[in-house]
Amino acid sequence: MYAFTYNRASGLRQATNLLGSLDDPKLLAGGQTLLPTMKQRLASPANIVDLNMIEGIADIELKGRSVVIGAMARHAEVANSPIVQQNIPALAYLAGLIGDPAVRHRGTIGGSVANNDPNADYPAACLGLGATIITTKRKIAADEFFKGLFETALEGDEIITKISFPVAKKAGYYKFRNQASRFALVGVFVAKRPSEIRVAVTGAGGSGVFRVTSFEEALKKRFSPKSLDGLTVPANGLAGDIHGSAEYRAHLIGVCAKRALEAADK
Amino acid sequence: MPTVSMTVNGKLVKADVDPRTLLVQFFRENLRLTGTHVGCDTSQCGACVVHVNGKAVKSCTALALGFDGAEITTIEGLANGTQLHPMQEAFREHHGLQCGFCTPGMIMTAVDIVNRKGNNLEEHTIREELEGNICRCTGYHNIVKAIGAGAKNMGKAGGATQAAE
Ligand SMILES: Cc1cc2nc3c(=O)[nH]c(=O)nc-3n(C[C@H](O)[C@H](O)[C@H](O)COP(=O)(O)OP(=O)(O)OC[C@H]3O[C@@H](n4cnc5c(N)ncnc54)[C@H](O)[C@@H]3O)c2cc1C
Ligand code: FES
Ligand code: FES
Repeated sequence: MYAFTYNRASGLRQATNLLGSLDDPKLLAGGQTLLPTMKQRLASPANIVDLNMIEGIADIELKGRSVVIGAMARHAEVANSPIVQQNIPALAYLAGLIGDPAVRHRGTIGGSVANNDPNADYPAACLGLGATIITTKRKIAADEFFKGLFETALEGDEIITKISFPVAKKAGYYKFRNQASRFALVGVFVAKRPSEIRVAVTGAGGSGVFRVTSFEEALKKRFSPKSLDGLTVPANGLAGDIHGSAEYRAHLIGVCAKRALEAADK
Repeated sequence: MPTVSMTVNGKLVKADVDPRTLLVQFFRENLRLTGTHVGCDTSQCGACVVHVNGKAVKSCTALALGFDGAEITTIEGLANGTQLHPMQEAFREHHGLQCGFCTPGMIMTAVDIVNRKGNNLEEHTIREELEGNICRCTGYHNIVKAIGAGAKNMGKAGGATQAAE
């Protein structure tokens, strides 16, 4: 790890000011991605701005017909929240699949969404449920937020404060784990909303999380695994690496989508 | 250098540290509490697990400065004097360790599992919950057995969990 200066933010305004005034700053949330990256010297910020002491940005609430989750809510808090479990069980289930128990005690939803790892779980839930990412500056629809591999719409001095997930009629997630890292080799999130159907895929996209419109069309007739019989996703443009070829991932998308639909019906 | 203070195994400690100091380094090098191990340093193996405000955390993936004011229990804080914690006793009894390198993290994780899931743990639950802990030599069978037995004994010992936190 290269040397840096540690700054503890006591509020969001102060954190924003620090981001604006310090040389080469980086926010620290759960540290479960940033610290390993700094150890590998893949990141070497001059200043760390720690969000952990800021109060009131980890709350989980039901507001109207949306579950609103504070950026600093830990994965374990989302997984165990009665509000999430009752309103969007698939989201609680997804949070409980991230990493291991100790990682879930530290890692945050804001950190995961800001990081936009192509194999991370939360981006699939955000895109699949049509979530809104709320920042210190604006509200960004999930469809506009995830820009590519580790790329988001966030500006340098912008902080995610909350994520708002509209409650779906039905939702399900299925994750096929990478046997080594336990991240998603492929993960599919499906949701039936009053106005639309969404199918979001993580782990497989050449440029991160994406929607499968052909599956969404087919599911309009009936929101059931059978509706996807015979449908496939082209391997063209999908990620391929030592863990699985693009063709293998294309196949897994179909399998995971069906299993997510089965889970959504339970 | 910035200062950090926290309560470790019931004792208030304070030190000036380089911001890069990891929580595990702080225990091992500043406090000389070398029971917490570093197996991988990449957040995979769980040898460094301690309890922060009652929850299992990988201390290799944490900056000491981020834990100002925290209440921490390391493996050294589990036993009551010379009397082993029921989970430590269960690892001894069921041969849950061989070289012992992973053991502090296994035991801290095990106590955390009991805190969250109670005293009657199914074998499958224990295996799932050990996702973030790697053992290179004992093999997991005896570790799983030890955790199941230790969990039950923690219930009998009555409040042993609380005493440890
Ligand atoms: C062993 C292990 C296994 C894992 N397995 C999985 C898995 O299966 N699935 C999965 O999805 N993830 C997994 N992760 C990653 C984990 O979920 C991380 O917690 C997450 O990716 C980052 O969240 P964090 O709070 O730790 O963020 P940090 O590491 O603190 O920060 C990550 C990035 O986000 C930025 N950031 C943080 N908070 C904000 C904010 N509020 N606004 C703007 N930017 C912000 C930081 O500056 C940094 O660039 C794993 C991690 C480990 C160590
Ligand atoms: S040393 Fe911390 S997880 Fe391996
Ligand atoms: S006892 Fe040797 S690594 Fe687990």
